[in-house]
Amino acid sequence: MRVWEMILRNFRNQVICLKKRYNDIYYKALIFLTLNNGDIPMFSASDLKKGLKVQVDGEPWAITEFEFCKPGKGTSLYRCKLKNMITGSTIDRTYRPTDKLDKPDLEEKEMYYSYAEGDFYVFSDAETFEEMHVSAKMLGRDKYFLIENSLCKMLLFNGVPIEITLPTFIEKVIADTEPGARGDTATNVLKTAKIDNGYEIQVPLFINTGDLVRIDTRTGLYAERVSKA
Amino acid sequence: MQNASPKPDCVYQLEQIKARLLLRAGLISSIRQYFDASGFTEVETPVRIKAPAPEEFIEAPQSGEMFLRASPELQMKLMLAAGFEKIYQIGACFREGEFGRKHRPEFTMLEWYHSGANYNDLLDFTAGMLRHLAMFAAGSSSFSYQGQVIDFAAEPEIITVREAFLRFAGVTPEAAMDADQFDELMVTKIEPRLGQGHPTFLKDYPASRSALARLKRDDHTVAERWELYLSGVEIANAYSELIDPAEQEARFKEAASARMRGGCRPYPPPVEFLQAINAGMPESSGCALGIDRLIMIFTDADDIAQVKMPLA
Repeated sequence: MRVWEMILRNFRNQVICLKKRYNDIYYKALIFLTLNNGDIPMFSASDLKKGLKVQVDGEPWAITEFEFCKPGKGTSLYRCKLKNMITGSTIDRTYRPTDKLDKPDLEEKEMYYSYAEGDFYVFSDAETFEEMHVSAKMLGRDKYFLIENSLCKMLLFNGVPIEITLPTFIEKVIADTEPGARGDTATNVLKTAKIDNGYEIQVPLFINTGDLVRIDTRTGLYAERVSKA
Repeated sequence: MQNASPKPDCVYQLEQIKARLLLRAGLISSIRQYFDASGFTEVETPVRIKAPAPEEFIEAPQSGEMFLRASPELQMKLMLAAGFEKIYQIGACFREGEFGRKHRPEFTMLEWYHSGANYNDLLDFTAGMLRHLAMFAAGSSSFSYQGQVIDFAAEPEIITVREAFLRFAGVTPEAAMDADQFDELMVTKIEPRLGQGHPTFLKDYPASRSALARLKRDDHTVAERWELYLSGVEIANAYSELIDPAEQEARFKEAASARMRGGCRPYPPPVEFLQAINAGMPESSGCALGIDRLIMIFTDADDIAQVKMPLA
């Protein structure tokens, strides 16, 4: 138990004996003590809501589902579905009004993608130019969509990158595909094409080798043709 | 009207839920019909009260020197003491810190008391009201909520808290309370299984979880209390009322000290109520029913926001 909690409990026990007309002062003092607990940032259960990010067992989790429950004559319960921001695994947790949760040390930075170095990809801070190495494993499919000097968002937990968000659309030249059928502008019939780094993508029949296309990095799918070869 | 100012959000939201609010009005007048036809008198008790009933997990908001009622229970029982026999009330109640899909800090309660009746009489009366409302809302006794049919003509399911814990959570209620997991198991394992296909009455709660209910005559470990569930949603709470003054005072003291331990704001003692129960209160039963949730069920809404005007 932290020191301020002990002080608070002690204080509460003493004050609770006082007469009703002191209630007001007591609550103001309680709020003052609570608000001035600046040293360890924490959430109380009543702060929880969908989208909030919390730290549980030393890892960062996002609340993906949230429900306030209160069974008849019972205590309030805060039911959460949590998604691990590193591994993507999910767990169900139920919290009570007295529960406290740590705030995760999360920071979002703007980073430029610089270059590849072996199995790592190097990003540099848009403000300080400090370099960060990100593994191919963490990038997953996104490693095919890196464009030199494109501005990305990097999420760091305790100073370590855990997530990269690329620009939503990037442009790539088609390196190889079967010749397109002349005059066929249908967009619902697709064929396989490769971009420069070998990533395979489904494109409409009218796309030819050398065309510049736009790709949605969220889905990894073809979005539209930018220009012809 | 080319440069009309944009409407405020609440007007836009009201337009979205207008059809449900009209149905709500119809349902509420249908509820009044059912009570009036059964010989009940509609009453009004103060919304701003001197002393809320001390309950461990219910916070009545302070309003100046007084409180906004978390329920009209104590005031309606004073009316019983004055000789009113069958009374009901529909009105706003307030509970601090309760906000969610099924909760609002201000909500509408239907509460009624019946002198001489016990909690089983109330159960039959309530099942009858549900059939009456289903006929009004759907023109038939079965009704579909969120894709699931609830048959109000079928015999309601009646299950004790003990059976429910054993069947759905695999433990006794005592074991759940010893492990301080009663509420968690209720919410995660039991409630979702209740009221599926037909109304469920969950009855005979552990004595310690029913501050104002009388104990069962042949089993003092449980209280004569039931809760109504429809599609996993808790709709109403009823009990045979406690009328033993010594027992009532002891339970209030216990609840007040539990509130103190939990750091809750102390309430002044409900003096008039305790005096009335000392002077003699008739045998009676009462029920509190969340109107907003009932309307959610009968208008097929999954959030209270769809059946209630937004804050403005």
